[in-house]
Amino acid sequence: MTVFLLKRILIGLVTLALASMVVFAIMELLPGDPARLMLGMNATAESVSALRTQMGLDDPIHLRYLNWVGGMLVGDFGRSFTYSAPVIGLIAERAVVSLPLALIALVLSTIIAIPVGIFAAARRGRAGDTVSMGAAQIGVAVPNFWFALMLVYVFAVWLQLVPAGGFPGWGGGIWPGLRALILPAVALALPQAAILARVTRSAMLEVLGEDYIRTARAKGMPRRHVLWRHALRNAMIPVLTIMGLQFAFLLAGTIIIENVFYLPGLGRLVFQAITQRDLIVVEGVVMLLVASVIVINLLVDLCYALVDPRLRAAR
Amino acid sequence: MSAPDAATPPEGIGAFLRDAFSNRSFLIGAVITMLIAAMALLSFVWTPYDVTDLVVASRMQTPSAEHWLGTDHFGRDILSMIMVGARNSIAVAVVAVGIGVAIGVPLGCWAAARGGWIDEVLMRFNDLVFAFPALLSAIMITAIFGPGAVNAIIAIGIFNIPVFARVARAGALSIWPREYVLAARAAGKGPTLITIEHILPNIASILLVQGTIQFALGILAETGLSYLGLGAQPPMPSWGRMLFDAQTRMMVAPHLALFPGMAIVITVLGLNLLGDGLRDLLDPKLRRRR
Repeated sequence: MTVFLLKRILIGLVTLALASMVVFAIMELLPGDPARLMLGMNATAESVSALRTQMGLDDPIHLRYLNWVGGMLVGDFGRSFTYSAPVIGLIAERAVVSLPLALIALVLSTIIAIPVGIFAAARRGRAGDTVSMGAAQIGVAVPNFWFALMLVYVFAVWLQLVPAGGFPGWGGGIWPGLRALILPAVALALPQAAILARVTRSAMLEVLGEDYIRTARAKGMPRRHVLWRHALRNAMIPVLTIMGLQFAFLLAGTIIIENVFYLPGLGRLVFQAITQRDLIVVEGVVMLLVASVIVINLLVDLCYALVDPRLRAAR
Repeated sequence: MSAPDAATPPEGIGAFLRDAFSNRSFLIGAVITMLIAAMALLSFVWTPYDVTDLVVASRMQTPSAEHWLGTDHFGRDILSMIMVGARNSIAVAVVAVGIGVAIGVPLGCWAAARGGWIDEVLMRFNDLVFAFPALLSAIMITAIFGPGAVNAIIAIGIFNIPVFARVARAGALSIWPREYVLAARAAGKGPTLITIEHILPNIASILLVQGTIQFALGILAETGLSYLGLGAQPPMPSWGRMLFDAQTRMMVAPHLALFPGMAIVITVLGLNLLGDGLRDLLDPKLRRRR
């Protein structure tokens, strides 16, 4: 078990290091001189070259890479020229929108998907199964940004229950902030819930065919108990794997959804930074997202061990 | 010796067709997919109206006898735009899947055939690509190299490579220990020949199923990119772009957003049903269980 986890952690660190090189290399290949971008078109050649020296842009490439990585390790992600502010501050400011959004969406999708998946598996082949899996099949096909537009039309334009977009911040209490996040979270959660419900159903079906389930039923254990205690626990591994993958997907999905709802989150920050060529911001946010994907996958591996005692002993 | 294995049902083509026609997912999925493909092909020779015709006098009309799905903010016929948009989405997704298959499958087969450090390096490379949220990287690629259909294809295609590599590797690993592979090795065949003659025919069915799924995901990704303005550029109609244009006009003309979205949902639904049906038909193990 310890060896298994150590190996996973090592692989995660190597992946992260490689990812940082890829991100750095892509940004290096981009045309455009950051110093000139910062100073504008009318700047003299001398002032541009002075700034280049000051920013360390004339250093050899490996030094610049090490400086960048070393900076990130101590929380210095550089300075954005479009916002004239440290990148870490921008990220912190935007994360308070994106992180709650992704978390609410993950919770929503889980509390919808797992009961639906179990319900469908328990009623395999009957009407309940057909209807819920038909709905899931449609849910998988719905692009989240289109679903978002439809939600805006129904709940914001027509019923006027929630705002159509924008974010009031958390300063005025939790409720106004949450109200602004409800529609985006639902839009993000629905397609994910559809996928998760399908995975839960097929994992449950796999487990329900096992001998120990029949034994449990044969010795008179109530059906509900068998489903929720014995079957679900054994079906959790594929479900957890998909949930881990989904968190990464949700974080990336915020890019589109935040654009639909004009939410000032990380997704909108990185999208605007890309279009404005504010590369230092792009690098910082991308590295943060990649790191969180790697950490989430590690946590999923840890959860395997919690769910399945056999793994704890074996590896 | 060709492959007498799990991939093709032993009953022969007649039984396969009988199964296919009794498989609801496959049947509905195949019909929808063919209709969408036919619509896209038809758009090359005929559309109800010319999509480059801007008739400002008849802008943002609701559906009517002349314009079945109404007109957009430039007075263009929405049905015609959806037909031409289908062609764009399908082309992007097909080529993106092609990139994934052409590069990913040989890599996966190679990793399975050689094992050892080559396998390890390829799998770590896979981890690396999977660590980047696909959409984020696709946005980066299209934003950096410039928006457009070709760059959208590359951006989506890159993420298909590790998917197919992983599927091909897993499939190939399960075929390698088989007896007929052993027999082929004993007969002196090298890994390349064995891969071509025995491994590929046996993993073709799982690759086909995965291809259908990636095709559907590719269409979703393309619409997402063109919604952000990073896919096909105007005046070329694309479903994502139509939704972007519709967004600011939701108050006055909600039907502008409704129809392109439904086109996406129906297309992706059809492909997913087709993929599910294919999996049931081609995987005897699953078939027995249902």
